[in-house]
Formats: sequence, structure tokens, C-alpha cells
Amino acid sequence: MPDSSLTLKEAIALAREEGPQKLIDSLAKRVREVDGKVNAYIHFDPARIERNKAAGLLHGVPISIKDNLATRGWETTCASKILAGHVPPYDATVVAKLRQAGATLFGKLNMDEFAFGSSTETSSFGPTRNPWDLERVPGGSSGGSAAAVAADEAIAALGSDTGGSIRLPAAFCNVVGLKPTYGRVSRYGLVAFGSSLDQIGPITKTVEDSAILLNVIAGHDERDSTSANVPVPDYTQALKRGVKGLRIGLPKEYFVKGMDPEVEAAVREAGKIYQKMGAEIKEVALPHTPHCVAVYYIVAIAEASSNLGRFDGVQYGFRAKNGSLREMYFETRDLGFGEEAKRRILLGTFVLSAGYYEAYYRKGQKVRTLIRDDFEKVFKETDLILTPVSPTPPFKLGEKLTDPLTMYLSDIFTISINLAGVPAMALPCGFSRSGLPIGMQLIARPFEEETIFQAASVYEQETQWFKRKPKL
Amino acid sequence: MGRVTIPWKYKELGGKVAFEIEQIAELARLSLKPAEKEKLKKDLESILAYVEQLKQVPTDHVEPTSHVLNLENVFREDKTRPCDVREEVLKHAPHREGNFFKVPKVIEQE
Repeated sequence: MPDSSLTLKEAIALAREEGPQKLIDSLAKRVREVDGKVNAYIHFDPARIERNKAAGLLHGVPISIKDNLATRGWETTCASKILAGHVPPYDATVVAKLRQAGATLFGKLNMDEFAFGSSTETSSFGPTRNPWDLERVPGGSSGGSAAAVAADEAIAALGSDTGGSIRLPAAFCNVVGLKPTYGRVSRYGLVAFGSSLDQIGPITKTVEDSAILLNVIAGHDERDSTSANVPVPDYTQALKRGVKGLRIGLPKEYFVKGMDPEVEAAVREAGKIYQKMGAEIKEVALPHTPHCVAVYYIVAIAEASSNLGRFDGVQYGFRAKNGSLREMYFETRDLGFGEEAKRRILLGTFVLSAGYYEAYYRKGQKVRTLIRDDFEKVFKETDLILTPVSPTPPFKLGEKLTDPLTMYLSDIFTISINLAGVPAMALPCGFSRSGLPIGMQLIARPFEEETIFQAASVYEQETQWFKRKPKL
Repeated sequence: MGRVTIPWKYKELGGKVAFEIEQIAELARLSLKPAEKEKLKKDLESILAYVEQLKQVPTDHVEPTSHVLNLENVFREDKTRPCDVREEVLKHAPHREGNFFKVPKVIEQE
């Protein structure tokens, strides 16, 4: 078995015994072999990999990073032309924490431009392809992260999730993706998309690897005033607890007409497995679910348009050449942003403008409260919620690209979680008859990621879907 | 881009919202090519028609959520700290002069 296919846990042991070089070489070889097909990496240069000498849990272990996380000395472009060539002078807090733990930065991963998308097709570096079927998308926006982990081009990776951007690609690629509770992980150095929704999280081969990485990146940070001052437990301790007596809810709004029958069957089967292992399964209701996409595309887009106001060609990034200051602003933004970014900037500007602010933005925030209340009510009588991640298995490249609304609707099962601020994990839950990955989602109360690890771990041990690898 | 007042029309055409794309683009500091403008206008109108569904949700006594953590202001001591990053920051400027960011002329002649 080549070293590139190791889990994070195995890689830690190997680097400890034999030093990191063999591991890094094996991984670099794998990237050279398959990344021409997958296109998971956008900044990768073996010559630039600096061996990290820091002792620590992750000593010598290569970790790959989504390209919207600031990495000192490495390009950070958000897959956008407007940040082409940009090298930040500082590390995001999560990157600094990885380095302190001894990890080696391996490369920067492809994504939808500014994380705007569900398919990784809006990248200015070209789309990432799903390792399970190169004609299909890996999901987005952290498609590069999930595809790299699935294709054994990365031991583990970090992604970011505003409306499903870690979980959808994890589900589409048969890997494990965790969106922690809002505030669990510092956002300092993450290029902002929807500041009240964004979270950074691990994308890994196994549930245990996810716990190992969350241990490293979680915690309060004085540089992010929205990071929560809540103690960080050792998440790996939760893995062996089992699910006996755990109350797991299946919300009826997440099993809707029109969804793929194989996806529904796989997730319901997971419920039965939990029941067999001693959990209590019950039907619950999250009645405001049908409005989540509408709320999200007001709230997230409003925040996005104001966050993207800073890209004006003055302090960093791309600047258009000619004209007055005013012309320079317009030209820079026209040439620098791709179509989806423009769509969101325009829509966000509209819903925040006077006359429409109350009707759209304020209304969206009020319905957000109702969505949050739904979760609070359900969590009074259940410990976990089990749902599908996506209504369908991975779709084809180009299939949804021309109709933005159809693309937005691929996030119907992941968006509410960000609006409510609760933690959720996507993990492998089987395959369709045509061999495409299916994912399931476990949702817990705020700051109770341990319950997710507890349930995800026993299911993974029982089913072992993670052992299946794509043929590339 | 914040809250700004501009005089554009809001028409409801059977649940369809007319999106005055040129005025919004002006506010967002985006110059758009004609073909791009047509496509974006159509997309945005269909997205706005979709979000119209929120009007059916009663929210009379509901407080808006701007943030899930119910945060209070976070304060720290107002102390100076060494911050020797000027050169590193200016190195990334698309155009600089000495220790300044350089921009095209701001005041235009009549």
C-alpha cells in the first residue's frame, strides 16, 4: 500500500518512525500521477514544501489547505483572478496552529471562486473533477479538498463551509467532512464570504482523523471576536462511547418528493443500523426547512457583497490599468470577478439597499430566527439529527452551471445548519448502483461535536465505506 | 456596500421583480458587458422571484437573527503593540510610491 493512501492517524505513526520525507515523496508522486485528471491542487510545487521542524502531534505530516485560507509565503487566491499572485504576509490561525503542531503545508486546493458554488466549477483555475467519475463534479465549494483526500492526493485537508461547502463535497467524494459549531474554530485569516455563517473544518478519510484535526484547530482566538470562549475537549475520547440510549431524529422535511430513491434508502438504512446498535430513532419536524435556501440567498449574499467591497485594486491583488480612480475601480472589479461572484455582489447590493432592506434582508433574518428555533425545539427531545447531505448523488459537470437557482437548490439539506450555527458532519453512507458515493449528515447541538464523533465512529466501524477507493 | 438610497423602480409583475441592473451595478462598482448584463438580469430576477416565498411566512413578533452566538461587544485594552509589517504589506500593492499606495488621480478636471 503506498504511503499516500494512509489515514492521518497512520501517517502520524509513520512520520514518527521513519521521518516525514518518504511520506511527502509518496504524496507528491501521487499528485503528479493523478492531478492532471482531478485538478484538486491550484498551488502545488514540491520544491516549495518546507519541512516543519516543530515537534508536536502532527510532526512531519503533510496537510493540504483550501485556497481561501491565508498561508504565509504561499499564494492565497480564492481561485479568483482578482487575487492572482497574492501571497499573504501572515498565516490564518488554523494554519498557524497546524504549523505549531508540526504539520507541513503540502499545497493549496481548488475551490469555487470565493467559495461561491456547489460544484467547484466556478474556479478561475478550471473545475475539479470527482475522482469517482471524472465526468461529474466533486461538489463545492471545497471540491479540491474533498477530491484530493478521496484520490489519496492528500492525507487530510482543511475546507470552509458557509452553506454546505465542506459537507457536500465530502458526501460526493466518499470522505468525512465536519462543519464545527459557529465560533468553535477561529476564522482569522479565512477570506470572508458570509461572516455570520462561515466555519473552517477538517476533510479527512476517517472520523477519527476528523477528531484529531479538530483537536488541533479548535479554540478561542483573540484575533476573531466571534470565536467562542468554550473549553475544547479531546474529541478522540468520544469515538468509543457507542450510541446506546442516544436519541436520533429523522426530520420528515429532509425526505422529500423528488429526491433520489437510492439516497433516501441509504440514509434510512443508516437509521436502522443505529437502532440495532441501541439508539432510539424517531421522526422529528423542522417545519421551516423549505425556506432555508431563500433565507440563505438573502443573508449570505448580503454579507458576501459587503465583504467583497474591499477588492478595489488598491492595496493588493489585481488592478486594471487605465483611467481615473473611478474607472479603475469598475474595470478592476469587472475583469477580476467571475460571473457567480458578480451575481452575488449584485444581489447582495440589492437586498441591502434602502427600500428593500426591510422587505428582503430584515425579513430573511427573521425567518432565520424561525429556522434556528426549529432546531432548538427538536434538540430538547433528541441528541442528534440524521439526514441526507444532498438529494442526489454527484451531478455531471455543466449540468447546473447555466441555471444558478438549480445549483443553489443542491444545498437544501446543508444550508439550515449554517443558519442555525449548529455543528454537522457529512460521512460516507454507501454507493448508488452506478457506483457513486452517497453521504449522510449528523447534526448536533451547539458545541456538542462529541456526540457527532460518537455516533459517526460506530457507524463507520460497522459499515467501513471509507475503505472503498476510486479507480484513477 | 451598506445601505444607500437610490431612486429605482420596484415593480411586482405577478411575483416577478424587475431588477434595475444598471443602477445596482453602479452601486456595486461593477462595469458589465452588454451580454453579461442581460444574462445576470434574467438570473437575478428568477432568484428574487424564488425568495418572494418568504412573504408567506408570518414574522410579526419574531426578532431578527444577525448572529447565532448572541455576542456582546468584545473589548480589549487599548495598548500599542509592535507591528513592523509595512514593507511586507506594501510589497503586495499593485502600485506604490515610497511608503504609500498609489492610485490614479482622484480629482478630475471639469
